[in-house]
Amino acid sequence: MATLEAPRIVTARTGYDDSFTLARFLATGGYEGLRKALTMFPEDVALEVDEASLLGRGGAGFPAGRKWSMLRKSPVSYLVVNGDESEPATFKDHLLLERDPHQIIEGIIISAYALQVSQVFFYVRGEFALGLERVQQAVNDAYEHGALGSKIFGSDFSLDIVVHPGAGAYICGDETALLESLEGKRGFPRIKPPFFPAVSGLYGEPTVVNNVETMSNIPWIVLNGGEAFAALGAGRSTGTRLFALAGRVKNPGVFEVEMVKNTFRDLIYDPKLGGGLLDGHTIKAFVPGGVSAPWFGPELLDTPLGQDEVGEKGSMLGSGSVIVFDETTCVVRAAWRITKFFARESCGECTPCREGSGWIERVMYRMEHGGGRVEDLELLLDLCDNIAPGLGWPPQQTTICPLGPSIPSSVTRAISMFRSEFISHVQKGGCPFD
Amino acid sequence: MSHLRVELRQRAEELVALYPRPRSAMLPLLHLAQEQDGYVSVEGIAEVAELTGTTPADVRGTAAFYDMLHLEPVGKYVVGICTNIACLLAGGLELLDHASSTLGCSVGSTSDNGLFTLEETECLADCNFAPCVQVNHRFVRTTTPETFDGLVGELREGRRDHDIPVHGTLLRVRRSGGLHASKSEIATEREEAKAARAKREGEKK
Amino acid sequence: MTDVKSGVTISVNGRSLEAAPGELVIEAAERAGHYVPRFCYHPRMEPVGMCRMCLVEVDGPRGATLQPACYIKVHDGMTVVTDSEKVKKAQDGVLEFLLANHPLDCPVCDKGGECPLQDQTLTHGSGETRFVEEKRHFVKPIEIGELVLLDRERCIQCARCTRFSAEVSGDTEIAFSGRGDQIEVAPSPTTPFDSTFSGNTVQICPVGALTAKPYRFSARPWDLEQVESTCTTCAVGCRVAVQSSGNRLTRVLGVDSEPVNHGWLCDKGRFTLDSIDGNEASLDPLSAASRLREPLVRMNGVLTPTTWGEALARAATILQDAAQVPGGVGAIGGAALTNEGAFAWERFVRGVLGSDNLDAQYGDGLDGALIQALPKATIDEAANARVVVTLTGDLREELPVLLLRLRENFIKRENALVEFAFASSGLHSLARVSMPVRPGEAHLVAEALTRSDGTVLKGSNVTESELNETRRLLGESGEGVVFIVGRPNFAEDAGVMERAIRVLAEKFTAAKFLPAHRRANVVGALDMGLGPKLRPGRGYAANDEGRTTLQQLEALRTGEQKAVLLLGCLLGNVLDVDGASAALEAGGVVVVSGHGGKTLAYADVVLPAAVQHERHGTVTNIEGRVTAVTAKIVAPGSAWSDVNIAAELAEQCGQSLGLFSDVECAKVIEETVGYPALSVLNDVSDEGAVVGRDRERVERRPLDPMAFPGIRSTNMAGLGEFSGAVAEEEASPSPSPIGATLSEISAGRGVEVPAFDAYALALNVSRHLYDHGVAVQGSPALANLVARTTAYLNHFDLDRLGLVTGDVVDVTGPTVTLSLPVALSDETPRGTLNVVFASIDENGDDTSRSLVDPSSAITQVRLKTK
Ligand SMILES: Cc1cc2nc3c(=O)[nH]c(=O)nc-3n(C[C@H](O)[C@H](O)[C@H](O)COP(=O)(O)O)c2cc1C
Ligand code: SF4
Ligand code: FES
Repeated sequence: MATLEAPRIVTARTGYDDSFTLARFLATGGYEGLRKALTMFPEDVALEVDEASLLGRGGAGFPAGRKWSMLRKSPVSYLVVNGDESEPATFKDHLLLERDPHQIIEGIIISAYALQVSQVFFYVRGEFALGLERVQQAVNDAYEHGALGSKIFGSDFSLDIVVHPGAGAYICGDETALLESLEGKRGFPRIKPPFFPAVSGLYGEPTVVNNVETMSNIPWIVLNGGEAFAALGAGRSTGTRLFALAGRVKNPGVFEVEMVKNTFRDLIYDPKLGGGLLDGHTIKAFVPGGVSAPWFGPELLDTPLGQDEVGEKGSMLGSGSVIVFDETTCVVRAAWRITKFFARESCGECTPCREGSGWIERVMYRMEHGGGRVEDLELLLDLCDNIAPGLGWPPQQTTICPLGPSIPSSVTRAISMFRSEFISHVQKGGCPFD
Repeated sequence: MSHLRVELRQRAEELVALYPRPRSAMLPLLHLAQEQDGYVSVEGIAEVAELTGTTPADVRGTAAFYDMLHLEPVGKYVVGICTNIACLLAGGLELLDHASSTLGCSVGSTSDNGLFTLEETECLADCNFAPCVQVNHRFVRTTTPETFDGLVGELREGRRDHDIPVHGTLLRVRRSGGLHASKSEIATEREEAKAARAKREGEKK
Repeated sequence: MTDVKSGVTISVNGRSLEAAPGELVIEAAERAGHYVPRFCYHPRMEPVGMCRMCLVEVDGPRGATLQPACYIKVHDGMTVVTDSEKVKKAQDGVLEFLLANHPLDCPVCDKGGECPLQDQTLTHGSGETRFVEEKRHFVKPIEIGELVLLDRERCIQCARCTRFSAEVSGDTEIAFSGRGDQIEVAPSPTTPFDSTFSGNTVQICPVGALTAKPYRFSARPWDLEQVESTCTTCAVGCRVAVQSSGNRLTRVLGVDSEPVNHGWLCDKGRFTLDSIDGNEASLDPLSAASRLREPLVRMNGVLTPTTWGEALARAATILQDAAQVPGGVGAIGGAALTNEGAFAWERFVRGVLGSDNLDAQYGDGLDGALIQALPKATIDEAANARVVVTLTGDLREELPVLLLRLRENFIKRENALVEFAFASSGLHSLARVSMPVRPGEAHLVAEALTRSDGTVLKGSNVTESELNETRRLLGESGEGVVFIVGRPNFAEDAGVMERAIRVLAEKFTAAKFLPAHRRANVVGALDMGLGPKLRPGRGYAANDEGRTTLQQLEALRTGEQKAVLLLGCLLGNVLDVDGASAALEAGGVVVVSGHGGKTLAYADVVLPAAVQHERHGTVTNIEGRVTAVTAKIVAPGSAWSDVNIAAELAEQCGQSLGLFSDVECAKVIEETVGYPALSVLNDVSDEGAVVGRDRERVERRPLDPMAFPGIRSTNMAGLGEFSGAVAEEEASPSPSPIGATLSEISAGRGVEVPAFDAYALALNVSRHLYDHGVAVQGSPALANLVARTTAYLNHFDLDRLGLVTGDVVDVTGPTVTLSLPVALSDETPRGTLNVVFASIDENGDDTSRSLVDPSSAITQVRLKTK
C-alpha cells in the first residue's frame, strides 16, 4: 500500500476552484515563505535549499542547491525558469502553471533572492495559452501586491520577471536550446563545453535554469526548513514529487507522493492514486520517466520511486511521467509513435539525430504496417547504436544534446523485451493487434 | 510605415524594451504579428526584422522552426489533436480521423470555408483528458467523437468566442507591472544591501 | 599561423605532440598527420560541431567519450584517439546517415568529381546502402538569388553557407528554415540572395546543393585545368584559382591567402569570366561587350581589320608626328595593365615619344604622389588595427573583400571603426562613430579633428560629441590607427580629399594609411610611373610638368596636344563624356585595348591586347603587395600582350625598349628599379612581396580540399615552365626607392569650395559594384544586377520634401534635368543627394554622371517634385 502521510508540498492548494488567484494564495499562507526569506541572508536561503537536497524536477535531476552554489563564485546574471513542459505524457508543470502560478512565482522570487539576481525570464510553453494568461496575471498581481518590483515588501531586494511565451518546439525544453530560443533564435541546443549555463548562459552570462516544479518547492522549504524536506523520501531523493500517470489506468492524473517510500506499484494500483488498470486488463510494461526513458516490465513494479533506485535498474525517473501499457497495447506501434515524436521534434542540428530519427521512424512504420523484414531488427539496433554507442545506460551519445540518445530508448527496449512481437509483425505482414 | 496596427506596434515596442537585446523579443513579436494577420505574413516578417535588428531571412528561418507560427494562412480555428503515446492508447488516431470527416479537411489542411485547420499534434500535456484536443491552443477536453462534434457545432455558431478567440490571439492578459531599473542601479542597490547586511552582522557579534 | 612554442602537450593515437593553447583538436591532429574527416568545419569560420563527422575519442573524468574534434580545444595532457574501432563506427554511422536522404545523382551533379561527400564516402563509407525507405523530396533547384541555385535535397545541413552569410558577409540573406530533417536553406520571400558575396557559399558547399548559375553544367571537374593567379577586377588583389576547359575559362575560385582574401571573393570577381572572351554575339567594336581580336585602322572613316605591321606603322606615324611638337603627345590609362605592361608603356612614352604626359587615372582618383608618400598599412594591419577610420566610398561596392577583412576586426576583435559617412556604407552598422560628411566638407572635418579645442563645425551635420569621440579614439599621434582613404564622390574636386588626407597625415604621424584605389592594377601602374611626376619603382620627379588626364583632354581640345595613346577605353570612365569626346575628335587617337567601347568611334588605330587570365606578369594591390598573375588561356585572334605591343611600336619608331617578353620585362623591372617582379613571378609558394618592406615569407596553410573543394592545388602561381630559363640570376629586390615625402608634393595644399546653397542639395556620385562597365556588360550573368539610377536621400530630406521611396522627381544639374525615382538612404547625410556612377535609367542609359558640374569643386543640384 502506498505511503500517503507526507504533506502535500506543491499541490496543497490545487483543490480550490480559485487556487490561481492572489486572494486564495494569500488566504492559504502565500508569500509567507518569501517574507521569511527576506529576513534571512541570501546565502542562508541557498543553504536551506542545499540541505533539502532538492533534485531538479525538469528531468536531469541535478540538485538545485549544488547548481546554485556553482554560481556563487561568479555573480549570477539571470534566473531562467523552465515551463516548457513537452515531454510526452508529462503534465505536472501544466497543472502548476494553471492551478498555482503564485506558488511558482513565490519560489522564483525566493530563489532570485538567494542567487541575488535581479532579472528573471519565465519561459512558458506557448501551447499553454491559459497557463500563460494565469501566470502573467499572477505576475501582475504580485507587482501590485509588492511581492515583485522595487524593494519587495519593503526590503532592499528588487526583482523583475518577464513572462516569455514559447512557440511550439519540444527541444526548447532543453536548457541550452531554451536559452537560444530566449535569445530570439532557432532552438538549437548549444554544443558542450561549456556544460553549464552557470558558466555561460543567457547572452553568455552566468545563468541558472530551473524547472517550474523545482521552483514550487522552494517556499515550503524556506518555511519548514531544508531538514524537514530532507526528512521525507530517502537517500538522494528527498521530499515529495509530482508523478503524471497516463495510459491504460483507471485514474490518469498528477499525484504528489513521497519519494522512495512509494513504488511504481503503489502509484499505479493504489485506489487513491492510479486505481489500477482499466477493468479486466493486465499490465504489459510501463515507461518509468517520460518517453526518453527506457521501458520497464511488470517485474520492476516494486522499484521505489527514487532517482538512484530507478537509475540502478537501467532507466530514469526523468520528467516524472509514468505511462502504462496493457496487453492490448502493440509495442511496435507504441515505439513507432514515440520515435515519430522524436523525428518530428529533432531540431535537425546534428546528423545522427536528424537523419537517424527519421530513418528509424520509417523502418518502424513499415514494420507496424506490414512491410517489416527480419533483418530490420538488426538494422534498427545498429542505427540506434550509431546514435547511442553501446546502447548502455546511462547512454553515450554521438549527438549534441540528450534528445539523440533518447530515441533508441523505446526501440531497443521494445525489441529486447518483445522480440517475438516484432517477429509476428513480420510474419503476419501487419499488426497482430489490428 | 508600420504594418502592425498602431496599438500592436506600441505593444511590440514595449516588448522589445523588456529584454537586454532586441532579438530576444523575437517570439513574442512573431506571436503579435500572427495575432494581427492570423499567420506570420511577409509584411509581419519584415516588421519583426526591423524591430529586432535582424533580416527577413533570419526571421523567416527562425519562425519556421516553431510549430505554432504559421507562414501560410490558416483557418480561424486551428484544431489540434494529439496522437502521442498517452492519447494513442486512448484512441487519438481514431479521433483524428473522425475530426477530419467532421471538419471536412485532411490533417494539415484548412477547410474550404476557411474556418478550420486540422493538425495532428505532439503531446499537449493534458494526458488525463486523452485524447487531448486544443482549439487555438485552448484545451477543450472533448475526448469523444460526440463531444467533439458538439464543440464544432458551437464554434460554427460562434458560441465559444468568449473562451476561444480567433487564431493568433495567445495572451489576453497584458503585462501591467514591471521594474525598469537600469542594471547599474540594481548593482548599486545590491552593493548597498550587502554592506548593510555586513554591518548588521557586525553589530550582532 | 598557430604558434606552437609556449604550447601544451597532448597525445594523439599514443604519440605525444605539441599544440598551441586554444587550438582545435582537429587542427592539432592534422598537423601531426592524423587527418580527421569533416564536413561542417571550415577553417575560416567559427566551429559549430554539427555534422558529427569528426567525432574522436577524448578522455574525460568519466572515461573516453566521443567528442567533435572540430569543436574541442586542446588542453595539456589531453588524450585523443582518432583511429579506434569506436571512432570508425561512429564516423561510418554519421556518413551513412548523411547519405540516407542524399540523392544518388552524382553523374549529373556539378560537384561530382570534386565533392567532399563523394570523396569521404569513397574513403570511409561502406559502399552499400541499407536505406530502403523513400528519400526526402523537394521540387528541383530553386533560384535563391540572381546567381545561385539551390538543390535542397542535396543539402547536408552543414550550415557553412548560412554561417558565411551571417558571420562573414554579415548580411544574413539566407538562413536555415524548418526543423529536423525538413531543414532547408532559404532566403526571405521578399529579399533574394543577392549578396555581393553569394558565390562564396557555392564554393564552400561540401556537396552540390548550391550551384552557380553561370557555371552550372558548363564543365566536368576532370576536364578542368588550373593555374593560380590574382584577381584584377578590383585592387584588393584576391588570390584565385583560374580554371579552364581547353581554351575556355570556366571558373574562378578563391584561394585561401593568409594576408589577403582568406579564400573569399566577391561575385563580380568570380563571375565576370564571360567578359574576358567577350560576348561573341556582339561583333560591334563600339560595344563594351565585344572582344577585340585583330588590329583595326580607320580607312575612309571606317575601322577596318588589317595586319599588325600596317596597324603599328600607322600608330607610329600618328604618335611620332604629334611628338614633333613639345607636349604634342601623351598617354591616358593603363590601370588594367600588369606592372610589366605599364613599365613597357612608360618606357615607350617617356623614352621613345619623349613625353611626360602620362596618367593611369581618369580624374576620378587621388594624386598618385600623395598616396605614395603616405606611411602605408597592409590589409592585415587594417584588419587588426585598434582604430580604423574610413574616408572612402562604400567598401562593399568598391573593394568588397576588404570589407570582409575589416568586418572581422570590428566583430571578432571589437576594434573601433570611425566613418566619414558620405553615402551608403556596408560597414555602417559596425561603426563606433559615423560622421555625416557632406560634399566639400571632408577637409574641414579632418581639420577639426586635429584641433583639441572642442571646435564645432558650424553648419555641418557632424556633432561635437562625434568629433570628441573620434579625437579620443585617434589619440595624440594616431598610434594604432589606420586611415583608409579613397575618393567617395566624383562630383567633388579631388582636392577636398587630398587636403583631408594631408591634414590627417601631418597631424597623426604614427598612423598608417591604406589607399582605397579601386581600379584593377592602378597602384602598379602608378608605381611604374604612369602618372605626372611619377617614375618606375615609386620614383618621384619634382620638375616633371606632365599633364594629367583632364589636362591632356583639355590640351587636345585646344590643339596643344595633337595625339593621344589610350591604354584601355576612355569614355566609360570619365565624368564629362561630351568634353572627352570632343577632345578625341580633335586629335589623333591610338587605342590599345582588349575590349571595344564607344571610345573606338574616335580611334584612328586599334591594337588588340591580351587581358587578365591571358598574360603572365605581376600586379600590385592597394597595400603595395606584388603578386603574380598567370595566363590560363591564349588571347583570342591575334591579340598581343602589352609588352610586346609597346616593344614592336618602339621598333616601328626606330628604337628598342630592350624588352622582349613579359618575363624579360619583369627581370628588367627588378634589376633597374629594385621593385619586386621577377622574384615574385618565380616564387611558387608564397604571398608575394610588399613594396618597401622586407620580404616576409608567409607560410600558407596547406590546401584543405574539404574547406575549398574544387581547387586542385595551390601555390601554382609563377612561371613553372619559365622559371628554369630566367631564374638563375634571380634578382633580389632591395626595398625600392620611396619617392617623395609629403612636404615635397603639392597635392592637398588647398581647395576652394563654394558655399552651400540652401535651396539646393549637394551631389554625391558614388560607385556600385555592378556598374555599367566592361566587366558587367560583357557578363550576361551579372547584367540584371546593374544599379538603377536612383536619387538617394536621407529621411529628413524625404520628409521635408514630402517624398517616399519610389516617387519620381526632377533633378536639375548645371546642364541637364533627369527624371529619377527617389529612395531612402539614411547613411546619406542631410542635404546630400546621392546617385550611382555608371548606373542605368529605365531606358538602359547611363546618364547619372551628366549631373556633375566639372568646373566646380562640388556640384549642387535642385530637386523638383512632380
Ligand atoms: C530534450 C530535452 C527536453 C527537456 N525538456 C524539459 C522541459 O520540458 N521542462 C524542464 O523543466 N526541463 C526539461 N529538460 C531539462 C532541462 O534541460 C533542464 O535540465 C531543467 O530545466 C533544469 O531544471 P531543474 O534542475 O530544476 O530540473 C529537457 C532536457 C532535454 C534534453
Ligand atoms: S540530438 Fe537532435 S535535438 Fe539534439 S542537437 Fe542533435 S539534432 Fe538537435
Ligand atoms: S562536427 Fe566537426 S566537422 Fe562537423
